[in-house]
Parts: sequence; structure tokens; C-alpha cells
Amino acid sequence: MTRDEILGKVRTVLVDALAVDEDEVTLNASLVRDLGAESIDFLDIVFKLEQAFGFKIQQGELFPENVAQDPKYVQAGKVTSDGIAALKARLPHVDFSTWEKDPSLNKVAELFTVDTIVRFVEKKLG
Amino acid sequence: MWIDRVVELVASQKLVAIKNVSLAEEHLQDHFGADGARGLGACPVMPACFIIEGMAQTGGILVGHAEGFRLNVVLAKISRVELLRDAIPGDTLRYTATIERMDAMGATVKGTIDLMRHGDDHRASIASGTPAGWQPVGTVEMMFSHLDNNMGAGGQAGRDFPSGNFVFGESFQTLLRSSGY
Repeated sequence: MTRDEILGKVRTVLVDALAVDEDEVTLNASLVRDLGAESIDFLDIVFKLEQAFGFKIQQGELFPENVAQDPKYVQAGKVTSDGIAALKARLPHVDFSTWEKDPSLNKVAELFTVDTIVRFVEKKLG
Repeated sequence: MWIDRVVELVASQKLVAIKNVSLAEEHLQDHFGADGARGLGACPVMPACFIIEGMAQTGGILVGHAEGFRLNVVLAKISRVELLRDAIPGDTLRYTATIERMDAMGATVKGTIDLMRHGDDHRASIASGTPAGWQPVGTVEMMFSHLDNNMGAGGQAGRDFPSGNFVFGESFQTLLRSSGY
């Protein structure tokens, strides 16, 4: 499957899950900031990606889990170096380069763009 | 409750429930009330939000039953609704919920709604000699969250919830018991 074909299917999933217009789903669009995703939408997106691509996504495989609750990973609202290492190991499809200069916990959700999902799917199909 | 009886239950797959729409329900007096200025009489129509609530209760019971009502199941999202026909007093609504996917975090449920318009249906079946049938009303796509796993002590938010199940209370149990389940 080409990258464009993957993007096409991801676009359909996001239009359906987030009730946005197709032209809003650009590669750089942030799911939370630009497309208005809320927490339950992430679960919806996972379910719909599984249906669209026919693979199974484990809990915590696409979006991070069990980081915010761990004091080793988060201190005073910032993700620690241990936390950053854990996130990078668990989520190789996410580009952390800009965020890790100021690794605020409440900005983690903004890391997830349409491109992040396309890259995730590419790795899964890879 | 926004359903009257559970008529079919296939664990973890499908639940069918019915609701009889009655003119005795108070909200029908106001929806839509008479408009004297426009010379319009009252036109009792079941509000769509309550049809959706009935569908959500049907889906919620199905998802709760799948885990033996141990988990608190809440309606987290209504992804899409399409209702093509009004329900009026005397109609029977039929809600069919099927689970499309379920895991520890939640479930997606497809809801299908039909109605039986007893007067029309009766007359038509006499005229045509065919049995009475259901007419499609629409569909509702829903997501349910297993609240304890998402927001509770074991989940992301780590919140404390009251012990015991605070979603599936007495009214749900009475409904299932009176339906023979």
C-alpha cells in the first residue's frame, strides 16, 4: 500500500471519527488542536483503524498510556528524561524532536498529527 | 427507563428491546404543543433525544451484560445518528443493538431502530392479506466506555469512584427481571 493510499484511508477514518471535513485532514493537522479530538475519540480512532486496515492495535501501542501516573516519568508537569526515553521506546512512530526541548505533559497530546498516524500504519504494515 | 422490555438477548452480540410510545407521557404534551397564534393544534411526537436515549440504554445493557454488570458502562460518544421517521403515540419502537467491537476499554455498538404503527399496519395487513411488519426509523452509532478501566484507579486518570456498580441500578435490574432475564 502506498503512502497516499494509507493517507486516504486514514483520512476516511478521521472524517468519520471526528466529524471534520476531508480538506481539514492535512498531514500536519494536530488531532487535538486542529481536529478537536477528545479522549474518547482516541479509542474510536483505534477501533476504526483496526477495521480499515485489518490489524489489531494493542492498548498503548498508538497513543501513550500509563505515563502520566508514574512519578518516575512525570514531575511538576514535565516529562522526565526517563519518561521521554519510555515514550520514545513505546511510540517509535512519533516525532518528539521539537517537544522534548520543553517536554510539558499537557502538550503530549499535540504531538499526535495525521502524519503520526500514517507513520504508525506504515510501520504496522511494513 | 426509556425501554419497556428486553425481547432478545444474545450475550456479547445482540440485544433487542421495545418501547411503547404512550400519550400518557408528559413530554408529548409539550412536543409539539399547540400554537394558537398559528392556528396549529398539538402534534405529539416523541422527541428524537429520547429515542436516542432508548437506543443507548439498549446498547448499554448489552455491553454491561457482557461483563456480568461488574463494570460501570457509560455512553461516551454518539458518532452518528440518522432518524428518518417520527414516532407518535400508539407506536411501538424496536431497538436492536449489536456489538461491533469490545475490549477492556470500551465498545462500539451499532443501533438500529424500527417502529410498528399499529393502526396503519393493521389496516394494511387486512387490505393486503400479509402479516404486520416493522418500518425502519434509523440508525445510531455509539461508543461505550468501561469507566473503571479508563478513568478509575487502574486507568489513566486514576480517579476514585464509589464502590459497587453505580450505572446498573435497580431500574435496570427490574427491567431485566420483568423481561424474563
